Amino acid sequence: MTLLKEPDFGTPERPGPATVSVEVDGIPVSVPEGTSVMRAAAEAGVDIPKLCATDSLEAFGSCRLCVVEIDGRRGTPASCTTPCADGMQVRTQTPKVEKLRQGVMELYISDHPLDCLTCPANGDCELQDMAGVVGLRQVRFGQDGANHLDAPKDTSNPYFDFDASKCIACSRCVRACGEIQGTFALTIEGRGFDSKVAAGAGESFMDSECVSCGACVQACPTSTLQEKSVVDLGMPTRSVITTCAYCGVGCSFKAELRGDELVRMVPYKDGGANEGHACVKGRFAFGYATHPDRVLKPMVREKITDPWREVEWDEAVATVARRMRGLQETYGTGAVGAITSSRCTNEEVYVVQKMVRAAFGNNNVDTCARVCHSPTGYGLKQTFGESAGTQDFRSVAEADVIVVIGANPTDGHPVFASRMKRRLREGARLIVVDPRRIDLVRSPHIEADHHLQLRPSTNVAVINAMAHVVVTENLVDKNFVAERCEGYEEWAAFVARPENSPEAVEPVTGVPAGELRAAARLYAGAPNGAIYYGLGVTEHSQGSTMVMGMANLAMACGNIGRDGVGVNPLRGQNNVQGSCDMGSFPHELPGYRHVSDDAVRTVFEDLWGATLLSEPGLRIPNMFDAAIDGSFRGLFVHGEDIAQSDPNLKHVTAALEAMELVVVQDLFLNETAKFAHVFLPGASFLEKDGTFTNAERRVNRVRAVMAPKSGKHEWQIVTEIATAMGYPMAYEHPSQIMDEIASVTPTFGGVSFELLDKVGSVQWPCNAEAPEGTPVMHIDEFVRGKGKFVVTSYVPTNERSTRRFPLVLTTGRILSQYNVGAQTRRTGNVAWHAEDVLELHPHDAEDRGIADGDLVTLASRVGRTTLPAMVSDRMPTGVVYTTFHHPVTGANVVTTENSDWATNCPEYKVTAVQVALAPKGQEGAVTAAEAPVGALTAGD
Amino acid sequence: MAATEPSERRMANDIAVNLAHLPAGRAAAELAGHISRFWDPRMRTRLCALADGDAPGMHPLVIEAVKLLR
Repeated sequence: MTLLKEPDFGTPERPGPATVSVEVDGIPVSVPEGTSVMRAAAEAGVDIPKLCATDSLEAFGSCRLCVVEIDGRRGTPASCTTPCADGMQVRTQTPKVEKLRQGVMELYISDHPLDCLTCPANGDCELQDMAGVVGLRQVRFGQDGANHLDAPKDTSNPYFDFDASKCIACSRCVRACGEIQGTFALTIEGRGFDSKVAAGAGESFMDSECVSCGACVQACPTSTLQEKSVVDLGMPTRSVITTCAYCGVGCSFKAELRGDELVRMVPYKDGGANEGHACVKGRFAFGYATHPDRVLKPMVREKITDPWREVEWDEAVATVARRMRGLQETYGTGAVGAITSSRCTNEEVYVVQKMVRAAFGNNNVDTCARVCHSPTGYGLKQTFGESAGTQDFRSVAEADVIVVIGANPTDGHPVFASRMKRRLREGARLIVVDPRRIDLVRSPHIEADHHLQLRPSTNVAVINAMAHVVVTENLVDKNFVAERCEGYEEWAAFVARPENSPEAVEPVTGVPAGELRAAARLYAGAPNGAIYYGLGVTEHSQGSTMVMGMANLAMACGNIGRDGVGVNPLRGQNNVQGSCDMGSFPHELPGYRHVSDDAVRTVFEDLWGATLLSEPGLRIPNMFDAAIDGSFRGLFVHGEDIAQSDPNLKHVTAALEAMELVVVQDLFLNETAKFAHVFLPGASFLEKDGTFTNAERRVNRVRAVMAPKSGKHEWQIVTEIATAMGYPMAYEHPSQIMDEIASVTPTFGGVSFELLDKVGSVQWPCNAEAPEGTPVMHIDEFVRGKGKFVVTSYVPTNERSTRRFPLVLTTGRILSQYNVGAQTRRTGNVAWHAEDVLELHPHDAEDRGIADGDLVTLASRVGRTTLPAMVSDRMPTGVVYTTFHHPVTGANVVTTENSDWATNCPEYKVTAVQVALAPKGQEGAVTAAEAPVGALTAGD
Repeated sequence: MAATEPSERRMANDIAVNLAHLPAGRAAAELAGHISRFWDPRMRTRLCALADGDAPGMHPLVIEAVKLLR
C-alpha cells in the first residue's frame, strides 16, 4: 500500500438525516442541519482551501483562507464557520476570494522560513500545499520586518519537537489538546503579532502537563510540531493499517514506513475504537520492537543454572516436544500445561489452547486474564449470560451519568478517557468510586459530582448500599425489572436490609452516607446511566461479587440494552477479551462453553480428531501449587511474565524452580525466562498477522508491517510443537485459523479476515443473526434470557491491617508505562517514569519521618522491597500505592496469595503493609523475593 | 492466616463464606457445584483428603460440600 491519506472534510460530521440542500459551484448536495459550507463542499467533491480547519476539530475561523461567496449574502464568509441553509448557492472560486486567499497566504509566507526543501514536513505540509492551491506567485512583503523566524525550538519531548519559527498560530494544536485529548495543556499566549503557542504556564512541553498523546502533532498543518522520527528518517512512503498492542482500547493505526523501517504510527480516523486519536504509548512507544535486547534465536539449556545455547528452530521445537512428552510419560498426562497471552492474537491464543487440549491431552490452559479480568467473565456470565462488556465505546457519548469504579482511565485507557471527558464537558455527570483521588475527580473542565473515596476492599459494601438506596427510595425501573429480569424479589429484600444502608456501612467503607445516597440517586435518576470499571473492581477477594453487584444495580435502574448505559469493563491488555473468548480458561472451550458440555465437546472432538477431557484443568495459581506439590512439571508460557506480574512472587519463583521444563516464548529474556529451559523468540505486533479483540468486543485486524524477525510466526511455532508431539496441526495462513474459530464458535460465526478487510472491524456476536456485529448487547433480551439478580453479600477480606502492617497497599498503572514494562521500559517513555515509586499521604509520611524522594522499605507478611517515596495528598491516609512496571522494584514481592473466591483472580488491590525509611546502606538495593519479612524497626 | 495453609482449604473456605448467606442445603450444593465446575480433579481429591478426620480450619459448609463431591 502507498501512503494512505484520509480525506479531510474540514469540519466534523453532524448527525442526522440530510435535510438541507445547497449548491456548491453548481453541484447540488444535501447535508444534515448544522453542517458547515466547507464540509458540504467537500462532500460535493469541492475542496475549499483551509489551514485552521480540520474535520477532527470544531471550526475556528481564524485563517481566512476558506472564504467563499454566497449568493444573496454580503461579504466573504468563512466556509468553515458558516452553516448551510436550505437553498444556499455557494461559489468557492471567484476572482474576489482568489485574491483574498492569495493575500492571506502572502502574509503567512512572509513570516515563515523558506526552507521547504530541507524541512522535515516537505511533502506533508498543508501550508506548502495551500500556497500551491491558491496560486501564490509572489510575497510582496519580504521577510525583513518583524518576524518569528528566530523563535526558539523546544526539543524537550522525547518524541516530537516544537519549532515555533514555523508556527502559523492556527490554534489547531491548542484545540486538539482541548477538544480531542481533553488535557488543555496548550494555549495561545500573547495577543496580535505576539500570539504564540505555549505549553502550560510558558514551560517546555516536557515540564508542562502535556501527556504526549500527539494529537497536537497530528493536527499541526506545518512542521511546527513534528515527530523526531520523521526528522531523523524522513517522510514515510507507505502505510499499513493495524491495531495497537497496548491497552484494551485497541486503537487502529496507520503504521507509516519507509521501506521496512517504521517511521511513525498515526491513529486511523476510521478506527472504530479510537476514531483518529491515540496516546503516548500507542503513537510513540513502538521502539521496543527493534530494541537490541530482543532475542531472535531459539535457545535451550538443560538446567536453569546452565548458560543458554542458541539452536536452530528444529532443535528447539523438538526439545520442547520431547521433554513435554517425557514429563507426561513420567508424571501423567496432567503434568504439563500452558499459559496463553493477552498480548497475542486470537489466532495465536486459539492454537495454544488447542495444543493443550488436543496435543497435551488435558485442560491445563489458563491465561493472564486470570490475574486481571476473570471476575468480569464470571460475574457478567452469571447475571447477563455473556462474559463481556455490554457497549461500544461510542456509547459513552449518550451517557448522562457516568460511574467510574476502580478504574483510572486517563492513565490506563487514555483514548477512551478522552471520549469520556468530552462527554463530561458536554454536561454528563460523574461519580468516581476509588480510594485515590484520580485525575478524573478534578481536572480541567471536569469535576466529579461525587467521589466515593472508599476504603480498599469495601467495593461490595458500597454497591450494596447504592442498591439499598435505589430499592428503599423506590428508584427501581419496575417495568424493566418485571419484563426482563428474574430473582429481583430475593435480591431487593437482601439489599433493603438495614445492615446494607449507607449509614450502616459508613464505618466500614469510610464513605459518608449522605454522599453515597446522593450518588445513588443521581445514577438511578439519569435517563442514561453508564458504569465503567477496571481492576479496582476485579482484583479483590470479592471481585466477582462486585461485578455481579454492578450488574444488579444496572438492571434495577433499567440501564442495560441501549446506547449510553451498560456495565463496561476497561480491559488492561490489548487482547484480554480475545484471549478469554478463544477458550483460554481451563474450564471453557472457545466461546465460553464448559468442557463438561458433551454436545460442545463433540463439536471440537469431531473437528480436531482428538478426545477431550470433560473435567476442568488447573488455573495459573493452581499450577504453581501443583508444581510445588510435584504433580505439575512442565509449563509453556506464551508472552507472559509471571515472575514479575503475578502475586506473591516468592511462591511463583518457587513453583518455577520446582518444574523440570519451563518454556518461555517472548520478545525479551524476561524475569520468567530466568527459570526457563527453552526460550522461543516471539514476534512483536508489527510482525503479526491476525486479530485482536478489544474491551468493546471489537475484532480488529493486526497486519504485519514487517516479516517476523525470528523467522517464524508464533502460531506456526505452536503448531510445529503440537505436530512434533504427535498431533499434526497445520495451517498455511492465520486466516485459516480464524475460519476454524468461526466454524466452532457461534459468536464468531460470521468473522473472517475477508469480512474484516472489507468493513474494518466487527463487534461480536457476529453471525447470521448479526452479520455486521453487535455494538450494544442485551437490547431486547439478555443472552441468558432473563437478567439474573444475584444476592451479593459483603464479606470482608482476610487481609487485615495489623499493628505490624498498619497500612493498605493498592497497586495500579501509570500512563507512560504498560504492565510489566517489558515494552515501555525499552522506549523513550522512561523519561516520565524511570522507576516505580510508593505514593503515600503526607500524614503517613510524616508519622514515619519520610520525605518526598526518600528510599523506603515496603513490607508485607510475605515479602519486602525498597523504592522511592512520593508524598501525595491524592492518597487517603492509611493507603499507599505503587505500580509494578519495573522488575528491579518487584512490587509483587509483597502482594499475597489472597484471591477472588470465584475465579482466583489475585487480590492485588489489598495488601497489609508497613512502610519505613530504608536502613542506611540499603539505598538502591532491592530485597530479594526469597527473604521473608520480619517486623520492621520503625512504626511497628 | 499463614501463607502455607493448604490452598484447597483456603480457596474452599473463601467460596463458603461467600455463599454462606444462602440456605444451608443450597449453599453446600452450590459450593460443591462451583468446585466441580472450576477445579481440577486433583484439587478436589486433595480437598476431600483435607476434609477427612477433624478437618481443622475448614468451614462447615465445605465439609458438607465435600460429602456431595465424594
